[in-house]
Amino acid sequence: MTENEHSVGTGVSNNKLLMWVFLGSECLLFGGLISTYLIYRSRFADGPAPGDIFDIPFTSVSSFVLLMSSLTMVLSLSSLQRGDYRNTRLWLLTTALLGALFIGGQVYEFTTFLREGLGYSTSPFSSAFFTLTGFHGVHVSIGIVMLMSLYVSSMRGNLKRESSETLEIVGLYWHFVDVVWIFIFTVIYLVPSPTS
Amino acid sequence: MTQTVEPQVESTSEDQTKHQPLGVYTRPKGGNGWRDWVTTVDHKKIGVLYGAAALFFFLIGGIEALLIRLQLATPNGTVLGADMYNQMFTMHGVTMVFLVIMPLAAAFANYLLPLQIGARDVAFPRLNALSFWVFLAGGLFLNTAWLFGDAPDGGWFGYAPNTGIVFSPGNGMDFYAIGLQITGIASLVSAMNLIVTVLNMRAPGMTLFKMPVFTWMILVVQFLLVFAVPVITVALFLLLFDRNFGSNFFNPVMGADPLLWQHLFWIFGHPEVYILILPSFGIISEVIPTFSRKPIFGYPFMVFSGIAIGFMGWGVWAHHMFVSGIGPISVAAFSLSTMFIAVPTGVKILNWMATMWGGKLLFNTPMLFATGVVSMFTVGGLSGVTHAVAPADTQQTDTYYIVAHFHYVIFGGALLGIFAGFYFWWPKVFGHMLGEKLGKLNFWLMLIGFNLTFGPMHILGLQGMSRRIHTYSPGFGFELWNMVETIGSFIIGLGVLFFLINIYVSAKKAKGQPPIGPDPWDARSLEWITPNPTPIHNFDEVPNIEELDDFWHRKYGKDENGKIVRIASAEEVCQDGSATDTHLPSPSYWPLVLALGFPFIGYGLIYSLWLCVPGGIMILMSIYAWAFEPPDDPEGNHGDHHEDTTGEVAEEVSVD
Ligand code: HEM
Ligand SMILES: [Cu+2]
Repeated sequence: MTENEHSVGTGVSNNKLLMWVFLGSECLLFGGLISTYLIYRSRFADGPAPGDIFDIPFTSVSSFVLLMSSLTMVLSLSSLQRGDYRNTRLWLLTTALLGALFIGGQVYEFTTFLREGLGYSTSPFSSAFFTLTGFHGVHVSIGIVMLMSLYVSSMRGNLKRESSETLEIVGLYWHFVDVVWIFIFTVIYLVPSPTS
Repeated sequence: MTQTVEPQVESTSEDQTKHQPLGVYTRPKGGNGWRDWVTTVDHKKIGVLYGAAALFFFLIGGIEALLIRLQLATPNGTVLGADMYNQMFTMHGVTMVFLVIMPLAAAFANYLLPLQIGARDVAFPRLNALSFWVFLAGGLFLNTAWLFGDAPDGGWFGYAPNTGIVFSPGNGMDFYAIGLQITGIASLVSAMNLIVTVLNMRAPGMTLFKMPVFTWMILVVQFLLVFAVPVITVALFLLLFDRNFGSNFFNPVMGADPLLWQHLFWIFGHPEVYILILPSFGIISEVIPTFSRKPIFGYPFMVFSGIAIGFMGWGVWAHHMFVSGIGPISVAAFSLSTMFIAVPTGVKILNWMATMWGGKLLFNTPMLFATGVVSMFTVGGLSGVTHAVAPADTQQTDTYYIVAHFHYVIFGGALLGIFAGFYFWWPKVFGHMLGEKLGKLNFWLMLIGFNLTFGPMHILGLQGMSRRIHTYSPGFGFELWNMVETIGSFIIGLGVLFFLINIYVSAKKAKGQPPIGPDPWDARSLEWITPNPTPIHNFDEVPNIEELDDFWHRKYGKDENGKIVRIASAEEVCQDGSATDTHLPSPSYWPLVLALGFPFIGYGLIYSLWLCVPGGIMILMSIYAWAFEPPDDPEGNHGDHHEDTTGEVAEEVSVD
């Protein structure tokens, strides 16, 4: 079974390449949403302005939580590659929990904003804000579901060292969602926002 | 020498569960009844399904077109009311673009791509089936809007705010937004699948620059899809949220930007027009060399101009918005970039003509259609350049001149090319030729009818006749040409009718006859090395590729004087399809079930959110069933001789 010398593929497995292509497509999805937000960030009608309502320290903490989950994701993969199934699961679970914590933070943030008068229909800014962060939240949630599926699969002894690529691919997705958040966090929170 | 082909395992945990195939998880067995068609994962069957479904939608879209033309045949027409007319032209455009040209291209891509690169199937056979069923579900969903009495009426580009809830209060635009969202998923999945297929599954020796031009063009199109579809996805989501959840993306009263939709739509929309045309360019780049008995002129230019179009197509979108108030600097910039994009397009036209130059031209039906593309597309390209001149476009925009332009490129360019493909590859797919006599009749009727229908639109447009107006008064000088156009459109209809008759008659004639035999056109690319029709397993053995047009080089060589001579007959070169030990992917129920979930969600969003529940359950259930169904049904009838007990679906292919 020698590699054929004329072999012409990319050397990346089909599954992984599929994920890469998918993530490329996702860039444009978030690109569209981020652009929309940028166009609308100063159009807050009579509602609260972004600069008045954002709680930057709070969101920084939850962003940090999400970033840490990328680290635990890496730890989980390297455990699996070493054949250490116990730690694989441990880090998988930690990653999912950190993701869930981030989502919890987002739910808290959304409800606070709602209370403070920023509803989905309040202004173009509010619509763009909730849609962009909401889409990201949905992506994180889907990631959590995938992580938990792998966790269950591992519990049943099905996530083997040889199939660590599966975890790696889910990891790619997870890291991508994190990186997107860095962009979103910068664009929405770090760049000085208009105030009313 | 033995080589292991990359395993075709596509899902994450398939191989771990093979010891516990639960009842419902058993995969269906291959057969030949309808059940086989709905569970198939064979790229060839899926290609045929795409083609059949798209032709069905083509008839619907065609009837819509004829109704439009009947209404416009005379001044003050009364065939359709204004409201009905709006629905008619919107559904006509949406149908032709998203449910006819795109899936017809997908039909050819699915069937031919694996064959042209020497692969057993696409990289992800089940995802391939999923793409088709999702497309069909989306297309049917969109068309059921007619049955609910409320079809989309905001034009194929659905400009918001006009399509927002204030100006379009009915459900029509929801059908539009959701329907296109569903077909978008189908396009995206299929594009990702085909990209991986081309990048990873080529036969040994087939480097990128030995791939047929058709494969190249399809590859470029898939990249365009991967990056363009998410942009319209965003636009459609925003529209849906505005209409159903009260967001303010397109609500100028709240300070929204009325141009946002136009930008998002055309950032998708201009790459989309290349998504429509490049497959046809690919098809005729196979047909013209074959019938000119010459290799394609300037292969690298062909490929690079295709890639260039793929890149430049992203930088011209605002030429659709010259009169929208985007400002003089933007207008100047986009005017220039639009003129530049005509360059690689022109390169292609010159290369086709150079390919024909000095060739031994054979005007069989495929070649007739291909030359039709070259000439008609040139007309459309030229009128395109006249729109690129912004001051001129200010006169032309929103008139019939634009309608003339895009029909010359889409009908004259894309559709005629697809017909060339039908006639060219029919023997490959069905094992018999389409009739030449009827084919020529089909061609000439379509070509003449087409020019009668759309040629005069240039004149009407420059005379000031607006598009999308349901009628006109007598006395503007519009009468004559409108009548001519309506007559022309029925001649096109007649041409299409002859195509359908041709399908029927040739199938009937071929019944009971042996298949056509190898290589009926003395063709060039790899798909013809397999017998006609293609056997279920494609290649008996995967060929080693040494040259561009490897198949042709196996048939022809040079004698001592450097003259090209035949060195082997088709029978000697072509495979006979006798291999029986190729491992085939098993069929699956889940692509269909998963796809059926989407219309439920669609109707749910429009009529009652409760309907989303069964839809969501179907989708979730299918995803898990998909992941956990065994990689193979050991008892399945799929030409598989070796029992695969390792779970690794690797196949042994001997390569000499
Ligand atoms: C030589 C290359 C081309 C150039 C320079 C060009 C230029 C243009 C311009 C400037 C417009 C906008 C006119 C207006 O609305 O005022 C336009 C419209 C259009 N073009 Fe092209 N075009 C080219 C090729 C194509 C191709 C290959 C296709 C499709 C296969 C296509 C399809 C369309 C369509 C559908 C519209 C009208 C959209 C609408 O308003 O509904 N064009 N073209
Ligand atoms: Cu354009």
